[in-house]
Amino acid sequence: MTEHTPIENRYDFTILFDVENGNPNGDPDSGNMPRVDIETGNGLVTDVCIKRKIRDYVQLAMDGEFPWRIYIQNRKTLNRLDAEALEAEGIKAPLENKDLAKEIKALKKNDPKLDRRLRDYMCANFFDIRTFGAVMTTFVKGNLASGQVRGPVQLGFARSIDPVDVQEISITRIAVTTEADAAEKNNTMGNKFIIPYGLYRMNGYVSAKLAQNITGFCNEDLDMLWQAILNMFEFDRSAARGNMAVRKLYVFKHSSALGDAPSWKLFDAIDVHKRDDVDVARRFSDYDIKVNKETIPSSITVDELVDHGV
Amino acid sequence: MPIRLEVWGERALFTRPEFKTERVTYDVMTPSAARGILDAIFWHPGLYWRVDRIHVLNPIRFDNIRRNEVDSVVVASKIRSMAEGNGDGGAIYASESIQQRSSMVLRDVRYVIDAHFELLRNKMSLTDSAAKFQNIFVRRASKGQCFHHPYFGTREFPANFRLWEGDDDPIGFEQGHRELGYMFYDFDYHDSAHPNPLFFRAALDNGVLDLESVEVRS
Repeated sequence: MTEHTPIENRYDFTILFDVENGNPNGDPDSGNMPRVDIETGNGLVTDVCIKRKIRDYVQLAMDGEFPWRIYIQNRKTLNRLDAEALEAEGIKAPLENKDLAKEIKALKKNDPKLDRRLRDYMCANFFDIRTFGAVMTTFVKGNLASGQVRGPVQLGFARSIDPVDVQEISITRIAVTTEADAAEKNNTMGNKFIIPYGLYRMNGYVSAKLAQNITGFCNEDLDMLWQAILNMFEFDRSAARGNMAVRKLYVFKHSSALGDAPSWKLFDAIDVHKRDDVDVARRFSDYDIKVNKETIPSSITVDELVDHGV
Repeated sequence: MPIRLEVWGERALFTRPEFKTERVTYDVMTPSAARGILDAIFWHPGLYWRVDRIHVLNPIRFDNIRRNEVDSVVVASKIRSMAEGNGDGGAIYASESIQQRSSMVLRDVRYVIDAHFELLRNKMSLTDSAAKFQNIFVRRASKGQCFHHPYFGTREFPANFRLWEGDDDPIGFEQGHRELGYMFYDFDYHDSAHPNPLFFRAALDNGVLDLESVEVRS
């Protein structure tokens, strides 16, 4: 992305999202029950779960277009299958970013700079590698660190504000899969887990220095990231998820690459509480959110992003 | 010139090298992970961090997390042929490369790191000095500045940090002696193409992991 300059400011951000009658993130260790911290009862959603949704949104919105391609994909896209068919017929898909391709082709086999070039090529082409990083093999043989690209965007786990209650719902279906079953019974039972309501909070970090020194993550990428976060559940509907929505995205912009204040102080400034007159929370309006601006240094701007325009 | 940094977070994963597929954490932070936190705040080619002590302030508690992961990495040769116009670079399809792996992690951790840095004179410029490095670190740590956000072992477990306030020594979570067995110390990078893992016999005394008088071996 030679024409785009990497971001120059550090950012911290907080996402508030909720689930209604759904399972935001199943736990493979407990039969796909929603993840719950067993000591506190709070619901959990892993970092990789949210990263998956960000990738999927960008894949869907940009349709694999340069430079928004996604390296770690959920499933094979129709385009890819088309391309494979074409390739089988001996027709190669046209390549974007031809200059760099030529350069790489021209480089000698054992050029030590080749690794760097390949890494830059990956970062230039793939939004997810530019954003989250990737592990690449043997870019320089034996040197452990060189194959690892650390992306500027880092996410923690999401945790629900209050303990969630997990309900197991038994369901039946009329159709039966096998003939043998059909002879014995005329329906089967299944079960699904839901959380009636949960408001979750996830914190994240964007390092300008990693963007500048390694992946070239730029302002256009940052806007794409916010857009992806705001819309990440809009295209992830399924029987399991119920109603999920991003309710708030708070972005703290520091005045410099290194930052002006500790992240935890900024996160502490956003206070999310169940309203006193609410016994059991069942909707977003059962929560009060207060941003204590006086504890945030004036050099840091706080933006509440709510643009849900797709 | 020693520094004293308080770090804390909700979870931590200091993976034992012998249990790295289904990851199991060490009981406490490794010196290598502590160095990683310091490096994330300030690093310069002219210095390297030496961790002297790690004070363990919270009881050692575990939690288990199983996640869907991919089993592949980006392959350089495929990237090369993609750049030359062939194939898709071996994009990783999560549904095909799926692997479920569990991690045994620590929860609610809080440590105080005592450390100092040593200088590499040949990598320093004329205006560099120990005092300058020290000041940069202290300034950054007190303002919450960092090169990238530090973490406890893996990036999904962010570490909060601040300079230790007050003159009192931190108080460990327990009294007495606790053996932790052989523990990873750090890599020896003298031969940068073949970093050599170093280990030491770890023990907590009144909640403090002493690293000054331990024997480190490969």
